[in-house]
Amino acid sequence: MTDWKDKVENMVYSGRIKVPYLWNVGKTGSRFLIAIRDNKEIWGTRCPGCGRVYVPPVKTCGECFVPTTEWVKVSDTGVLESFTVVHYSYEMQPRKAPLAYGLIKLDGADGAILHLIGDTDFAKLKTGMKVKAVFAEERVGSIADIKHFTPA
Amino acid sequence: MSKIAIVGVGQTTCTRSKIDTFEEMVFEAASKALADAGAEIGDIDNVVTVSNDFWDGRTISSMAVQEAAGSWGKDVSTVEGDGTFGALYGMMRILSGSFDTTLVVSHMKGSESIMNLITNAMFDPIYQRGMGIDATSAAALQARSYMTMSGATEEDFARVSVKNHGNAKNNPYAQLPMKITVGDVMASRKIAEPLKLLDCSPIGDGAAAVVLSNKKGLKRFRKEPVWIKGVAHCSDSFTLGYRDLAKSRALKEAAQKAYKMAGIKKPLKDLDVAELYDAYSYMELMWYEGLGFAPEGKGYELIRENATGMKGELPVNPSGGVVSSHPVFVAGMVRLIEATLQVRGEAGKRQVKGAKTALAHGINGPCGQAHCVYVVGA
Amino acid sequence: MGKRVAIVGYGQTYQRSSRKDVNGVELINEAVVTALADAELTIRDIDAIVIGNMDHFEGINYVDMWSAEGSGAVMKPVIKVCTGGTTGTTVAMCAYYHVASGMFNKVLAIGWEKNSESDTTGAIITAFHPVWERPTLGGAVAGLAIEASKYMHNYGATERDGARVAVRERLHALNNPYAHLHQEWMKGIPPEKLVDLIVGSEQNAMLAYPLRMSDMCPRTDGAAAVIFAAEGSAEKIAPVPAWVHATANRHNFVYAGDVDMDRNTTIAEASKAVFKKAGVKEPLKEIDVCELYLPYSYAGLKWIEDIGFCAYGEGPRLLWDGVTDMDGELPINPSGGVMSSNAIGATALIRVGEAALQVMGKAGPRQVKGGNVNLALATGFGGCYWGDVMLLGKKKPA
Ligand SMILES: [Zn+2]
Repeated sequence: MTDWKDKVENMVYSGRIKVPYLWNVGKTGSRFLIAIRDNKEIWGTRCPGCGRVYVPPVKTCGECFVPTTEWVKVSDTGVLESFTVVHYSYEMQPRKAPLAYGLIKLDGADGAILHLIGDTDFAKLKTGMKVKAVFAEERVGSIADIKHFTPA
Repeated sequence: MSKIAIVGVGQTTCTRSKIDTFEEMVFEAASKALADAGAEIGDIDNVVTVSNDFWDGRTISSMAVQEAAGSWGKDVSTVEGDGTFGALYGMMRILSGSFDTTLVVSHMKGSESIMNLITNAMFDPIYQRGMGIDATSAAALQARSYMTMSGATEEDFARVSVKNHGNAKNNPYAQLPMKITVGDVMASRKIAEPLKLLDCSPIGDGAAAVVLSNKKGLKRFRKEPVWIKGVAHCSDSFTLGYRDLAKSRALKEAAQKAYKMAGIKKPLKDLDVAELYDAYSYMELMWYEGLGFAPEGKGYELIRENATGMKGELPVNPSGGVVSSHPVFVAGMVRLIEATLQVRGEAGKRQVKGAKTALAHGINGPCGQAHCVYVVGA
Repeated sequence: MGKRVAIVGYGQTYQRSSRKDVNGVELINEAVVTALADAELTIRDIDAIVIGNMDHFEGINYVDMWSAEGSGAVMKPVIKVCTGGTTGTTVAMCAYYHVASGMFNKVLAIGWEKNSESDTTGAIITAFHPVWERPTLGGAVAGLAIEASKYMHNYGATERDGARVAVRERLHALNNPYAHLHQEWMKGIPPEKLVDLIVGSEQNAMLAYPLRMSDMCPRTDGAAAVIFAAEGSAEKIAPVPAWVHATANRHNFVYAGDVDMDRNTTIAEASKAVFKKAGVKEPLKEIDVCELYLPYSYAGLKWIEDIGFCAYGEGPRLLWDGVTDMDGELPINPSGGVMSSNAIGATALIRVGEAALQVMGKAGPRQVKGGNVNLALATGFGGCYWGDVMLLGKKKPA
């Protein structure tokens, strides 16, 4: 006995969810982005509980659950804690593959910041190496105002 | 504790792409779980469904499967997270005294969307998303952090892949059963260094369901109960860079709680089999450490010594694990189902002989931010 | 048998049309900190967290994970639940079951939404079936308009009856500093006169007959948090805990065409289950105050009939007799309700929190019955016909 399903063509309905979003950065994050945009400076917030300096800044320390109280200017140079070279492409990536991401612990900060690594031979990347922020020429107040990090 | 039992389990095969709709898949899994329990939908007091709006491309995705899950006229709720978390909520609802039995179902059609886009949306829109980071590139950062901390090598990751794809050959539900070598994994296409194609799970389609019952409800079912002896969940912080990616303190916390409930003192010895959520090969080594199978930074020793192979001291992922079949949100529930089958002695060719106590594990969020750990036994 | 459970703390942000000064995680944190302060607890006292919102309203996937640093979920158990408009009550129920199960002693329930960050209607449309419904069905308003006109047809209700509900909600909101919409001009004008002004107003745009702008809820940014605790702890934390007497929910809609537009069957069934469990025989007499999820005016006529406060078709009479006003026999929505603030994921949790405040006698200018509230009912409703009901009381449940 043949199954009727074998003879039915599979219809596919393709769609796309198109909803525009406007994400509020908040006062804390805005101050961070403005310092990069206007002065090419990177600032973090310090938790009065554990003393950690968060970059990007947080309004509240997730570990201690208390508001951060102090703004701290950190270096635009830091240590590459981890990295990956990505070999596939999809539409959200700002650059063509291969592209590299790093977790960078800036001097003076405790948490690491996630960013792109660029202007370098990816084969020479090593954890623990020094990297430096390269600022974009035209800065608009987004995290992409740091163009990427590159070996110092 | 032995208050809540798993009395029925059902899973669809996991494949790259199914023609079935969500409803059809959920109905299949739920019907199988009920049949396994020797029960009918009328024996179910309440329902918990598991789904995710992004993956399903639908706001309030849970409502789309309610008819298929048999929840009409019943108390019903829904969890957005891995199936292990859904089962945990189903269990709480029984323990509250309001219900005797719960049906928990979970579904996923990874084939209907693009994994990178969906998982990119779990990162912070202001600081991370625009960089194009997704589950795989984030996992690669974690894999490298773990290598730096532990000294584990890419070959160690490859050994996990070889073991689990090989085990999958014994599992008729698995998506990618393969006999491969460490060399094959090492030579496979670079995805996000240090991860290669065969280190990464295939996102696929599948559904799973479990029937839970308290002692009072047992008389409705035919199956020998498998008891949930211990269960706990815990989340780490979210932001990559704020949390130590190389160590899984949230898993450690959840495992310790679950072990305490279950009276597990030496997990490597006391457990007979474990089913872990290895979305990427390296994860299995990290989870060994979080679960206390190996000291911190020493997880790779177990895979090098084949201690977690089918004939090892503690077989891990006899089913082939998640690296062989990855219906997101369903995969953790499948671990629970596989652990149950092992304890029942019904795991077929993937059965670990004499298994009495089994561990099942689910994760949620980027790089295993949250964990849910079950210990089940006869 | 499970544990008895009570609400011991409640906090909410001010509900506003847009909170540009904070991001989502920071907004959530505000509500959590306020609830903890209300219960005089710290995050360390909390054993587990439940959170809910609608993913596509902010475009954030895995919100429970993303918000951990603001919600307090770092190194804690956390679960996300989401059922649409009912999300807040679903969160509350989930937190209740956490505690009732005996597995967790004190559990934090969080609901939130920043509706200003997206196109809410665009996101709601994605709640409908992608193949069968999305191409033809538009948002929430049209469906509700069909329900309203059907009710008018069946029971002879008028636009003035619908407006009477709106007037009640707006007047009550004036007592609630947290409410989003404060229509100060209404102060001191009798309800009948306000109804005339609204129905006769040319500025009051008709959206979809019979629904005008004044019949609808706003889009709001806001968050709320409620703390549930087990018997033994609850009495120590709160002088007057709000005990959960019963909770239930129902759902019966997958395809829009299947919905019974005559009656709200899920709210009816869930209410019946709750009243049975709690031994409530005459809801109108026994219940002292309600916080009902009424997303638009006509629901305030029909759904109170479905809950069982009066017979079918008698809703308008209850309204015009003032039974549901602040000083009536059964005040409904002293907070101003959903029509005054609708941060969707928070909205139903606010109903639970506000009902708890009434029981605890902490509702301030919006307190009813001089603080003498024994039973308070809270409901949640979602456009996908999810109905959630929770009954709170001053006495420990049997
Ligand atoms: Zn701190």
